[in-house]
Amino acid sequence: MPYDIVVLAKQVPDTKRVTGDAMKEDGTVNRAALPAIFNPEDLYALELAIEVKERFGGSVTCLTMGPVSAAEVLREALYRGADRVALITDRRAAASDTLATSYILSCAVTHAAPYDIVCCGRQAIDGDTAQVGPQLAQKLSIPQVTYVSDVEEIAGSLIRVRRHTDYGMQVVEAPLPALLTVTDKAPEPRYPAMKRVMKYKKAMSPAEAEARGLPSPMGDMLIETWDLDTIGADIERCGMAGSPTKVKRIQSIVLTGSGYHEVQPTQEGIEGLVHELIEDHTIG
Amino acid sequence: MDSKTTNRKGDVWVFVEAVQGRIAEVSLELLGKGRELADTLGVPLAAMLIGRGVEGLCRALFSHGADKVYLSEHDMLSRYETHAYTAAAVGLIRRYSPQVVVYGATSMGRDLAPRIASTLRAGLTADCTDLEIGDHEEPVSREVHKDLLLQIRPAFGGNIIATIVNPWGWPQMATVREGVMKMPESNGSREGEIVRFSPELSAQDAIVRVVEEVPAERRVNLKAARVIVAGGAGVGSRDNFKLVFDLANVLGAEVGASRAAVDKGYIDKGHQVGQTGTTVRPALYIALGISGQVQHRAGMSDAARILAVNSDPNAPIFSIAHYGITGDINEVVPMMIRAIRKRV
Ligand SMILES: Cc1cc2nc3c(=O)[nH]c(=O)nc-3n(C[C@H](O)[C@H](O)[C@H](O)COP(=O)(O)OP(=O)(O)OC[C@H]3O[C@@H](n4cnc5c(N)ncnc54)[C@H](O)[C@@H]3O)c2cc1C
Ligand SMILES: Nc1ncnc2c1ncn2[C@@H]1O[C@H](COP(=O)(O)O)[C@@H](O)[C@H]1O
Repeated sequence: MPYDIVVLAKQVPDTKRVTGDAMKEDGTVNRAALPAIFNPEDLYALELAIEVKERFGGSVTCLTMGPVSAAEVLREALYRGADRVALITDRRAAASDTLATSYILSCAVTHAAPYDIVCCGRQAIDGDTAQVGPQLAQKLSIPQVTYVSDVEEIAGSLIRVRRHTDYGMQVVEAPLPALLTVTDKAPEPRYPAMKRVMKYKKAMSPAEAEARGLPSPMGDMLIETWDLDTIGADIERCGMAGSPTKVKRIQSIVLTGSGYHEVQPTQEGIEGLVHELIEDHTIG
Repeated sequence: MDSKTTNRKGDVWVFVEAVQGRIAEVSLELLGKGRELADTLGVPLAAMLIGRGVEGLCRALFSHGADKVYLSEHDMLSRYETHAYTAAAVGLIRRYSPQVVVYGATSMGRDLAPRIASTLRAGLTADCTDLEIGDHEEPVSREVHKDLLLQIRPAFGGNIIATIVNPWGWPQMATVREGVMKMPESNGSREGEIVRFSPELSAQDAIVRVVEEVPAERRVNLKAARVIVAGGAGVGSRDNFKLVFDLANVLGAEVGASRAAVDKGYIDKGHQVGQTGTTVRPALYIALGISGQVQHRAGMSDAARILAVNSDPNAPIFSIAHYGITGDINEVVPMMIRAIRKRV
C-alpha cells in the first residue's frame, strides 16, 4: 500500500562554525556570516521518508518555511529524491516562536494533503528546541512518535517504529496518519543522485527566477511558493502576534581566556598542582 | 482571547517524571528551584503527579519542597504515553490555572511539554539552564509586566545565552536541563496537601502502544560526582581509555567523555558530557585530550575548577581552564597518578 509522506526541513545557520566574527557587537548572531545548511536531523527525516517510499510506494513532499533563500534546501531535497517541494515564505511569518511556527506548518501540511506520515527532524540546530514536531502533531490532531531511528513495518494504517529515549529502546505502534521526529540514529542519508542533480539544478522559485531575470519556471522546475493566504493561515496566530514567547535579552558567550595557571608537564610540576588541589580541598 | 488571560495568583508547578515507581532526579532538582520561584512570587509550590499507583511518591515530593501534590491517577496512565499524559496534564492545568509549569528537559519532558503547550496555546521555552523572576518592559509599548518567569537558555549551539519571557499565553512553561539546578535537601518532616483529580480519558487518548522494550543500562551518575575525569578523541583508543579510568579510580572520580570519544566507540554514550550529553558542575573537571568545542563546554564550563591536559597549546579548552598542562596524556596521566598516590 502506498503512503504519502510530508517532510519538514529547515534551513539553519551552521552553528558549529560560529566564530568571533559571526557575533555582532550587541551580542546577536550575524546569520549572514554563517553558511546556511540543511538542518542535519532533517536530512535523516528525508532519508527515512524516501526509504519508506522505496519499500511501500507513495510520494515524498518536502516543505520548508523560511526566507526566499531557503529554496536551497528544497533543491537539495529534490536531488535526494523528493517528488514535490514547496516553500512557505511570508514577511508576516517572521519572528514566529515554536507555537506560531507549528501553527503555520500545520496549515501548510494541511494544504499539501493528503498525507499518511509527517516526518520532522528531532530538533533544529539553531534553536535546539525539539518542540515544533510535537506541536505540529498536536495541531494536526495526529499522534506523535519522537526520537525515531527506524521504521520496522507499515501494515495498512498501522506503523511500527523503533525509538530511543533516556530509558532505552522501544518498538511502538501507532495508527496513521502519524508524525515522527527522526534522530541521527536513523540510517545515514544518501548522497544526492547525479542524475537528479543535473535534472533539478535549474529548479527555482518564481522569486529566484525574477531575481536572475529568467522567465518564471514551469512544471517540474517550479519550486512552489506559498504565502500565509495560500495556506489559509489566521494571521493573528502567526509571527510576532501569534508568539507568546519573546526574547528579552541575548548575551554572547565570550570565552574568558582570562589566562590559566600553566602547569609544567614534569613530575615536580604535577606534584605542585596536586598539592594545591589537596590544600584547597578540591580533592583528597 | 482566552489564552491571553493570566492567573497571577496561580501556583508554581513542577511536572513529576515517575517511571516504575522512581522519581527522576531532575524533578526533585526542579522542586528546589520551584521553591525559590514560589517564595519570590509568594504562592504555593505544587507537584503535578500523573500515573497509576503513584500516591506513595507524594511524601518524597513534600520532603523536597512541595506544598501540594496534584494527583491524577487512572488505569490508562500506568506507563508514560504521550497522548494520555497530555490529556491528564491539560485537564489539571485547565482546572487549577498554575502561573508557571516546569518540566525536566528529558526525553519524556521534551516529548510531553510541547504537546501540552500546543493544546493550551501557551508559550514554552526548551532546555533552560536557569530560571528567575523579574520584570519585563515591552520594547515598543513600554508596557511593564511584573514578576514574569525569566527563562534562561543557551541557543545557537551554545554560542549565545538568551533570556525568554512569556507575557501572555500562560501558564509560563519551560523545560529545564538535568543537573543544572541544585538538588534540595530532603526534610522528612515536611507535610503537604494532596489534591486528587480524576482525568477524563477515553481509549483514543492512549494511542501509541509499546510492543517491545530494551531498557538502557544504568546511567552513569555524572551529575552527583564531585570530581570528573573526562577523556576525548585524544585518548586515541578504547584500550587507552584505561588511563582515564585509572586516574578516576585514584581520585574516586566518575568518568566523563566527549562526544567524539563516544562516537569513536572508546566509551558508552552514558558518559557523554555536553550539549547532547549530561550537564555537570563538579568541584573539579579534568579534561584529557578534549579540544573543548562549544558543545562540550556547554556541559561542563560551570565546573568550579577545570584542569585541561592537551598536546595542542591552542586547544580552546585552555580558554576556560583554571589549570592547563600542555603535554601528551600518555606521559602526563601516569605522572598525575604517581603524584596523587604519593600524597595519600
Ligand atoms: C549538535 C551537536 C551536539 C554536540 N554535542 C556534544 C556533546 O554533548 N558533547 C561533546 O563533547 N561534543 C558534542 N558535540 C561535538 C563537538 O562539536 C566536538 O566534535 C567534540 O566535543 C570533540 O571531541 P574531542 O574534543 O574529544 O575531539 P577533538 O576535537 O578531535 O579533540 C581531540 C583533542 O585531543 C588532543 N590530543 C590528541 N592527542 C593527544 C595526546 N596524546 N595527549 C593530549 N592531547 C591530545 C588534540 O590536540 C585535540 O585538542 C556536538 C556537536 C554537534 C554538532
Ligand atoms: N521553519 C521550518 N520549516 C520547516 N520545518 C521546520 C521549521 N522549523 C522547524 N521545523 C521542523 O521541526 C523540527 C524541530 O525544530 P525545532 O523545534 O526548531 O528544534 C525540525 O527538525 C524540522 O523538521
